[in-house]
Amino acid sequence: MVTRGFSSGRKPPTDADARIPPGQYLEQGFPVLSAGPTPRVRTEEWSFTLKHGPRPVKKWSWTEFNALPLTKMTRDIHCVTAWTKFDTAWQGVLVDDILADAGIEPLSPFTLALSFDGYTTNVPTKDLTAGKAMVALLYEGKPITPDHGGPARLLVPHLYFWKSAKWLNGLQFTERDEPGFWELRGYHIYGDPWREQRYTGDP
Amino acid sequence: MSDGPAAQSPWQTVTIRRIEKRTPRVTSFFFKLSRPFAHQAGQHVDVRLTAPDGYQARRSYSIASGPEAGEMIELAIERLDDGEVSPFFHDIAAVGDEVELRGPLGGHFVWYDGDGGPLLLVGGGSGVVPLMAMIRHRAARRSAVPVALVFSARVWDEVIFRDELIGLNDRRDGFDLVLTLTREAARRPADYSRRVDAAMIEQSMVRLPAPPRFAFVCGSNAFVSAAAQALIDAGVPAGLIRTERYGV
Repeated sequence: MVTRGFSSGRKPPTDADARIPPGQYLEQGFPVLSAGPTPRVRTEEWSFTLKHGPRPVKKWSWTEFNALPLTKMTRDIHCVTAWTKFDTAWQGVLVDDILADAGIEPLSPFTLALSFDGYTTNVPTKDLTAGKAMVALLYEGKPITPDHGGPARLLVPHLYFWKSAKWLNGLQFTERDEPGFWELRGYHIYGDPWREQRYTGDP
Repeated sequence: MSDGPAAQSPWQTVTIRRIEKRTPRVTSFFFKLSRPFAHQAGQHVDVRLTAPDGYQARRSYSIASGPEAGEMIELAIERLDDGEVSPFFHDIAAVGDEVELRGPLGGHFVWYDGDGGPLLLVGGGSGVVPLMAMIRHRAARRSAVPVALVFSARVWDEVIFRDELIGLNDRRDGFDLVLTLTREAARRPADYSRRVDAAMIEQSMVRLPAPPRFAFVCGSNAFVSAAAQALIDAGVPAGLIRTERYGV
């Protein structure tokens, strides 16, 4: 349905347009969204735990975690509130390298990301491995600030950004695809921006 | 359009029935829904505009009306000069125009009077909109849940819903309005003229008969960060605080 009087500021198609998923707009800033107050997690208190169901598989301190191989990832990110930001530059530990350090292969087809503030989000395990996702420690070369999820956040850039859990403190392998915080509150179970999977029931 | 039959809240065409200027920068648009829905106070909708060349722009707006308002919903839209959707509403949209809307959306920043209270609401600027839906819901239900609203605006003339809020406050039925103006002197005796801080939150909570059971904070990111910290410093447990941050 064409809206009366609404004209797009759209210029002739450029390479940039092909990078913007349907329903998104390009944002130059870096908006902040979260369900509650920003937790201040001190690195001395920080830890990261890999779990299989309720059972801990391996736990890292901040120092131990920072000794894992660091990888750079520069990616476009897409928030369900409709902004897209190009070329965000992160460094962190690939989920592959976390699993390798724990000496395991993926233990189940689904994973739940766990955060210090109780936030959770579910991601199929295959979307976290093969270089697709990391636990990010640096943004543009500097420690990630608390409002952007520091000390460490998940980065799954090919899914809507609520999947990239802030204030991450663990990954839990689950047998079923268990909906996380927003997935229980009306947001899509998978969240592919290119298929515009914003809300529950979107195809 | 792209939504299959399984979609829970498909796009629908809605018609602007009334337009009401609230403040110099905020105007309310009242939409008649073609497929009425029941929303919860605090939820939002997505609005989509389509240009003749197929370009679409969508934005999320909180619903200002309470669930009891019927087949019309009110969105209070702030003009953002560099935006592409809010200037359309402020400069072009007229009564009778149709746009597409999807909702209601969001299941976290919501309150129903059966959830109980007391309730501490803290809004900055247009961040008051979803809180207004809660306040209207409370009034429509004749709920006795004690509610304190701490509302920060730059100046008196930018206090959205000012007359309605003062009217509800003056009923003295358990709803308390605390205004704070950041760029002007306070007008009412108990109001403030500074940014929200822990002392202001502590004094506002004294107006409630018991510590809040829920706290909702909404506004710009900078406002929410500072206000949520003020609540924590005033002794509100972080786990009770729900936040919603607008835009950039």
